[in-house]
Amino acid sequence: MGTLRIASSFKNVHAIMHAPLGDDYFNVMRSMLERERDFTPMTTSIVDRHVLARGSQEKVVQNILCKDQQEQPDLILLTPTCTSSILQEDLQNFVNQAILNSKSDILLADVNHYRINELQAADRTLHQIIQFYLQKPFSTHIQKTLKPSVNIIGIFTLGFHHQHDCRELKRLLFDLDIQINLIFPEGLTVQQIQSIPNAWLNLVPYREVGLMTAHYLQTQFQMPFVDISPIGLIETAKFIRQIASFLPFNPIFEHYINEQTHLISQAAWFTRSIDCQNLTGKKAFVFGDTTHAIALTKILVREMGIQVVCAGTYCIHDANWFREQIEGFCNELLITEDHTKVANTIVRLEPSAIFGTQMERHIGKRLNIPCGVISAPIHIQNFPLGYRPFLGYEGINQIADLIYNSFTLGMEDHLLEIFGGHDIKEVITHSLSHQPQVNWSEKSLSELKKIPGFVRNRIKRNTEQYAQQNNIHLITLEVLYAAKESLASSRSHGNIAKW
Amino acid sequence: MNEQLNFECETGNYHTFCPISCVAWLYQKIEDSFFLVIGTKTCGYFLQNALGVMIFAEPRYAMAELEESDISAQLNDFKELKRLCKQIQSSRNPSVIIWIGTCTTEIIKMDLEGLAPKIEADLKLPIVVARANGLDYAFTQGEDTVLAALVHRCTKNRFKHQSTNKKLVLFGSVSNTVANQLSFELQKQNIFIDGWLPAHNYLELPNLDANVYVCGINPFLSRTATTLMRRRKCKLIGAPFPIGPDGTKQWILKICDAFQQTPINLVEREQATWTQLHDYCKLIRNKSVFFMGDNLLEISLARFLIRCGMKVYEIGIPYLDKRFQASELQFLKSTCKQMHCALPRIVEKPDNYSQIQRIHEFQPDLVITGMGLANPLEARGINTKWSVEFTFAQIHGFANARDILELVTRPLRRNIKLQI
Repeated sequence: MGTLRIASSFKNVHAIMHAPLGDDYFNVMRSMLERERDFTPMTTSIVDRHVLARGSQEKVVQNILCKDQQEQPDLILLTPTCTSSILQEDLQNFVNQAILNSKSDILLADVNHYRINELQAADRTLHQIIQFYLQKPFSTHIQKTLKPSVNIIGIFTLGFHHQHDCRELKRLLFDLDIQINLIFPEGLTVQQIQSIPNAWLNLVPYREVGLMTAHYLQTQFQMPFVDISPIGLIETAKFIRQIASFLPFNPIFEHYINEQTHLISQAAWFTRSIDCQNLTGKKAFVFGDTTHAIALTKILVREMGIQVVCAGTYCIHDANWFREQIEGFCNELLITEDHTKVANTIVRLEPSAIFGTQMERHIGKRLNIPCGVISAPIHIQNFPLGYRPFLGYEGINQIADLIYNSFTLGMEDHLLEIFGGHDIKEVITHSLSHQPQVNWSEKSLSELKKIPGFVRNRIKRNTEQYAQQNNIHLITLEVLYAAKESLASSRSHGNIAKW
Repeated sequence: MNEQLNFECETGNYHTFCPISCVAWLYQKIEDSFFLVIGTKTCGYFLQNALGVMIFAEPRYAMAELEESDISAQLNDFKELKRLCKQIQSSRNPSVIIWIGTCTTEIIKMDLEGLAPKIEADLKLPIVVARANGLDYAFTQGEDTVLAALVHRCTKNRFKHQSTNKKLVLFGSVSNTVANQLSFELQKQNIFIDGWLPAHNYLELPNLDANVYVCGINPFLSRTATTLMRRRKCKLIGAPFPIGPDGTKQWILKICDAFQQTPINLVEREQATWTQLHDYCKLIRNKSVFFMGDNLLEISLARFLIRCGMKVYEIGIPYLDKRFQASELQFLKSTCKQMHCALPRIVEKPDNYSQIQRIHEFQPDLVITGMGLANPLEARGINTKWSVEFTFAQIHGFANARDILELVTRPLRRNIKLQI
């Protein structure tokens, strides 16, 4: 999955999965979540019974060559899946065969499904592609840009608020008078890879994806990198200072940080304002990928005075770093991929708000605890149309809103509970209650209860009306359905313009 | 006009859902069941992402995620599965656990069918095995594998005196509402249903023997039909499927035939439904439609839409059982004749890439397709409707014909309304 995300972020790179039917749901996610307008550049070389019996033989090679001709991509990336890993076919051999007859470059993604997760796969694949193109002999000529410039590594498809973060980062760098050499992998063509070393340094805003590439570029081309995530006021300042340390001295940096923090960004004042006093000592639970979980924990503790009772991540491969970073910021650590463990911990700790993934949102829903979504895995709601960065100074405003709104909702809930909640709905429906001239059979009544609350009353009224008109005194299941049908037909004879 | 239906078969490079998705609706249908999907991260990822929110609403299913040590047989499958099932039994107390075998269990040849009876005996809890994997099946065929596995659990007639009365059992998973509606339709013909496969409770599975007539309500249930005939000696009523008023009428007619009942009031019932659909039909008359194919409902839906006055360019379908769908195919032919339109081409195992080329060529008014291709097609100015919605919506019987057209016309109605 991570491999596919990287591949489809590049321009004119096509991924071919060696997978059974149905494993290509990645294109559903991309076209639905990102609301992508283009066809996802991905096909499947289907593994079916025949493949099990005789091996893929020519099939994979043919599929590769076919794509080569149909779409003429620069690079075709052959991707193994968990199914093909067990088959242990020699995919590299297929790649070698296909190279002979293809105009595109062809690579086999070096990922093992049983050892690494999506993010690791993405990190690796990005490194693999960059390395592949930088090793080509004609790429040796490096010409550093005249003015200070950076590459931004790790912006890619289906990333959590990546597009917005990227825009915010661009603005920040523009303000600091730093040029952007390249942003990748999103939108990069493989030809551009050769100009990567022209930048002065690399920025890796997300811990999960890009570090491998950054390390590689450091050893190969002596390019320094900054791997601080600029999320939160303090971290953003650190991020800027770190960049500055690699550049010739420039006094505007400190001035810029000061101005942004105290005058431009609303968050610093907001957290000092009286409203935020109420948040002091409130208990929060944080869970997500390492980048966002750590950043959120630090913001909650240092910038809003909220107690983080537990912080956790599902990136178990990066557990040590997480521990090190989060040391001293929270009471408990939770490093697990098991969402039932997360749920149980939340139940035990009873936080007043959760900041987590969509999973934690669902847990929160069941427990009646408000939840702000801060990290993938995510849903379509987390691909907002409006501008919602998490990085930089505008990001801080957004995060402050998110945190504050989560808690207010929680407070409201408690107040309602203290005063017994509003039962007003019940009262209104009672006063509107009808004269029960018709009776409901047990079965039809239980069917009625299954109808969603917001239309139930209307359907009840209409059915009773229908029964009265037809002189029926007992509403059975059959009558209920008949009423629905007759209602539907009377509606369809109505005004078609109403649609 | 070409008199024969034109069947083609392409490369099978098409997009559809993995058949394990059937747990999403089956666990809701069979209320006392627990589904255990034995697969890898990929399977779990699919269930979570592609099927979205409802997974967490009421989790009566789980993943047994295979790890490297399972694959290389360092762990004992039997012990691992038994431990998991024991845990499920104590925390959820279901009446049945249904194991869903996946591609991985298939390839490493995990002997689920062999393990299940042993664990079943140990735990005294029925364990049903269905191999709903992407190697062999597409999307809705997952349900077929589960129902076929359930057939073996239907008891033979438990009464001592074998009655010689003909009985009727319907197979196919539909919501209880639709099941009730279809029962009422048949009651009007003095035909009473003796059972459903699946019933809404595992413990209420129907009795099956040679006196039982069975009839399918979904076109993707060919395996279940075969199992019913071969293993339980049931008699299959071959009929078009009760999708659309025309299909429903034919379906009831065939059942009436089998039970030697003269249909009562059936033509009027169909006519009344068509009258209700009039406004919708006006909207789609002479419009063209292209089925890319991913859920096996395509033939029945195309037949209904032709009857509504639409033109069908192509019916893509993952897999076509010409015997199980024989009546439906026949009905498609006669419908085309009645409506004076050319027989559509039927493409089995379609190739999405060439389909898109054909779509560009034909410029159909509507493409019925999967989620992965819908947005890109819309961006190219082609109206689309998600095919999965037909799987999840209530589309059977007279009463729900409206809902099908509601779905089909929605993109057209929406695009009329949009002013930008």
